[in-house]
Amino acid sequence: MPIQSEIGYDSKIEGDVVVTTVDAALNWFRSNSVWPMPMGLACCAIELMAVGASRFDISRFGSEVMRFSPRQADCMIVAGTVTYKMAGAVRRIWDQMPEPKWCIAMGACASTGGMYRSYAVLQGVDNIIPVDIYVSGCPPRPEAVLDALMKLQKKISKQPVLQNLTALNFQKKVAA
Amino acid sequence: MTSIETTQKLKAKFGDLISEPVEFRGEITVKVADAEQIVAVCEFAKKQLGYDYLVDVSSLDNYGDDPRWTIVYHLRSLASGCELRFKTDVSEEKSELPSVIGIWRTVNWHEREIYDMMGIRFRGHPDLRRILMWEGYPYFPLRKDFPLAGKPSDIPGVAFSKPAPLEGGPFVTVAGANSATTREPRVRNPEK
Repeated sequence: MPIQSEIGYDSKIEGDVVVTTVDAALNWFRSNSVWPMPMGLACCAIELMAVGASRFDISRFGSEVMRFSPRQADCMIVAGTVTYKMAGAVRRIWDQMPEPKWCIAMGACASTGGMYRSYAVLQGVDNIIPVDIYVSGCPPRPEAVLDALMKLQKKISKQPVLQNLTALNFQKKVAA
Repeated sequence: MTSIETTQKLKAKFGDLISEPVEFRGEITVKVADAEQIVAVCEFAKKQLGYDYLVDVSSLDNYGDDPRWTIVYHLRSLASGCELRFKTDVSEEKSELPSVIGIWRTVNWHEREIYDMMGIRFRGHPDLRRILMWEGYPYFPLRKDFPLAGKPSDIPGVAFSKPAPLEGGPFVTVAGANSATTREPRVRNPEK
């Protein structure tokens, strides 16, 4: 009995041709090559390093290319306490990232300010940038970060790319 | 030369400006009566008494008392291992004293931090900017009358701050309580 693949592709019938929609293909590329921008601000960054290292190995999910330049990154992982003084820099780096881009708020501090209920700390990075996935923990285990990445991949794979583009073009035509 | 002997030399040189040494857990503290004379006292301590290392400078807010501010200098002699602490008072109206940057260059960031957190200015400091909060922040957050949650502030396009939600807090432990239940952090508002 031959093993049936999940996507129902049988090389004996289809040969070398795979039929799919452009959206599905684009999302497949995107979700399996998410390049993170490590925004390491506190102890969460240490766990983030563990995620990148051999035991947990984020490259299994296509995200081993940690980019220290926002221009080349897709996903900002905010790992740590965002102080008000740092908030401007975080926002600026986010603005420098090209679309499409996503954000993971890693740990209690980045999500809500955590235990720092104080005058100096921004109460959640979602005050300044849109967050896709929140990870609980102080700091979260590396597995939790991988889980967040898998959830993000699921989210990306459902995003309509071309539909949005055509809708945008239609709006432009109507406006003109 | 022990710490006590150095305080005697200080007293011989400066007289009434220097208080009697107070010893607490083996540490010696002297009070300098006039903050304007702190440079002369520190210079003597470094050049004549061998206190070549300034460990720390910090400030206290004696809220409700006059004078409001106390500046604390921690000195150490690397050769003999002696330690000495200077304290000097500054009134709230003045909130200013001379910088000792001509004696220990390390004091640069210490004095900037005190300026940032307490709003006490150091005359003669070459670069008295904020160090922890951003430039333009209107408050001095380590003062006793500043709420822990913070106050709203806004410089459009630069920085903003909002009061943090304390959920009825601040959460405070009771040190030295007998049972873990009593020691546990709970909402304890300061008495007004």
